[in-house]
Amino acid sequence: MIFAEKYELIRKLAREFAQKEFSSEILDEVEETSVFPPELLKKMGDAGFYGIKVPVELGGQGGDTLAYAIVMEEIARVSPVASLYVSSPNSLSGGPLLLSGNDEQKEAYLKPVVRGEKMLCFGLTEPGAGSDAGSMTTSAQREGDYYILNGRKTFITMAPLSDYAIIYAKTDPSRGSKGISAFIVDMNLPGLSCGKPENKMGLKGCATSDIILENVRVHKRDLLGEEGKGFINAMKTLDVGRIGVAAQSVGVGQACLDEAIKYAKERKQFRKRIADFQGISFMLADMATKLAAARELVYNAAVLKDQNRDASMAASMAKYYASEVCNEIAGKALQIHGGYGFIKDYRVERLYRDCRVFTIYEGTSQIQQLVISNQLLK
Amino acid sequence: MHIIVCVKQVPDTNEVRIDPVKGTLIRDGVPSILNPDDANALEGALAIKDSVEGTRVSVVSMGPPQATAMLRECLAMGADAAYLLSSRVFGGADTYATSTTLAAGIRKIEEVSGRADLVFAGRQAIDGDTAQVGPQVAMRLDLPVVSYVQNIRELKPSSVIVERQLEDGFEVVEVQSPCVLTMVKELNQPRYMTVRGIVDACSQEIVIWDDLAVEVSPDQCGLKASPTQVFRSFTPPPKDPGEILQGNPGEVASLLINRLRKTHAL
Repeated sequence: MIFAEKYELIRKLAREFAQKEFSSEILDEVEETSVFPPELLKKMGDAGFYGIKVPVELGGQGGDTLAYAIVMEEIARVSPVASLYVSSPNSLSGGPLLLSGNDEQKEAYLKPVVRGEKMLCFGLTEPGAGSDAGSMTTSAQREGDYYILNGRKTFITMAPLSDYAIIYAKTDPSRGSKGISAFIVDMNLPGLSCGKPENKMGLKGCATSDIILENVRVHKRDLLGEEGKGFINAMKTLDVGRIGVAAQSVGVGQACLDEAIKYAKERKQFRKRIADFQGISFMLADMATKLAAARELVYNAAVLKDQNRDASMAASMAKYYASEVCNEIAGKALQIHGGYGFIKDYRVERLYRDCRVFTIYEGTSQIQQLVISNQLLK
Repeated sequence: MHIIVCVKQVPDTNEVRIDPVKGTLIRDGVPSILNPDDANALEGALAIKDSVEGTRVSVVSMGPPQATAMLRECLAMGADAAYLLSSRVFGGADTYATSTTLAAGIRKIEEVSGRADLVFAGRQAIDGDTAQVGPQVAMRLDLPVVSYVQNIRELKPSSVIVERQLEDGFEVVEVQSPCVLTMVKELNQPRYMTVRGIVDACSQEIVIWDDLAVEVSPDQCGLKASPTQVFRSFTPPPKDPGEILQGNPGEVASLLINRLRKTHAL
């Protein structure tokens, strides 16, 4: 566990912010309307949540991965959907620019994103290319000073809300994943459109949709990094991004445990609190123990990353274990609530739906197992 | 402009209980926070810093070494420098002795960091609820004081126009500066720390001065110099629930008058 003053203050900031700003009335409204209040997005930006580990020179906060993980954990503990807005600029959408952007690109695109003035999304997945991202079919053909992009991206978080997208497309289809390049694409360019926002099981309030590219002309200055290096850029971005999802999982797992403990102490059956039955109390003990283990894995991966050590396997372990355990804890928390857990008036019902995607997005559990076992067997 | 803000670390009274047997506060496991009115005072200073270029904000507190955590929060909110007045001999101080120490600390800050144009404090601390320290500091510094400030209307070169909260409204006061202002919560909504502020604050030094550094002799401060003695603390018994008189206004009025006469209130 991390006890340094800096991280305690970061936790305090994120916890106080989440508790004060994300009232249950606001969260209910977000759930009902699927719209996240813009004034709250601005406040999150003012607190510095969008550029936690971006260097100060680039308009960021000069923090590190551990600080980012702690913020994600505390925000997700109160509002899982709010944590998506924190995750994106710090990780999937800001990451590619930080890794491969030149000075002009960082100035033009990264700075406004970390200040919360603009939104950027990450367009990798396609209808036929999920875990096997290298098999994408979106193409980018060079024509003078422009690349002509054609294809369809799917399940793109925040796409309908975004000003720009990082789009991965094949500049040389004959070279497989080595023919993939990354582009920064203005969402207002002719030929670009978004699909209808998906009707998701959870995490409502952050629209996810397809991005359709029909002869979209992208200037060569918006090529991100070198031609053919897009896949490496995407994989490196995801590598670190995983720590964010792992931290989200710890936050939601904690929220589920909190709700389960509260309910187990209140609910009486057979003339005593259900917490007084070992069938329930041992469930709580298991939930708390696994959550603590998941948290240690997350912090460990973050610290390795911050010390510039190889964090790839540690991040995959953290994401794999924390997201699976979060779902297990959510399931048990719901079980402890009995029939009430199945009713939308109880918080645990929403948490249960919100966390389901954690074992799926940014690399399924099975892809994490693949990363871990590949490292073991290489 | 240089603004010095007096702040105090207090137990979060939302979580404090009184030991029913001993009559003392149970402080074990109670989180410590920046006193809420002091957060308003700091926000008032930071708002001026945002709008008046070249403004510096220093925060000062008297307390045990643990109070550095609260001062670091002040830095993370945007204060430029933080000073902790900490010594065993400061312990057990009432408001009278506390203000002596704080005033000495403020004079010392002025020596190293320049004259204060304004000194801010919260109206009162939630653990003591006296509202005395701010005005006493003003007295010791020989500065004018306006208490219960709910709005700062205008900063002039050698005066400040403020609204002073009254029970049923407010009065507008112009006061020459330098001066001491004590703030109420209606003044503003304190800002959050920022991630960047925290990162920067953690590499900043918090200056710690003891009684020798601020040149206060041990018999001027702490328990020894405190004329107030606490004999007993207790939880006041809850009030009776009261009674609602029913009927038309005329009936209720005469019922009420009769009751008040009966108890000799009239």
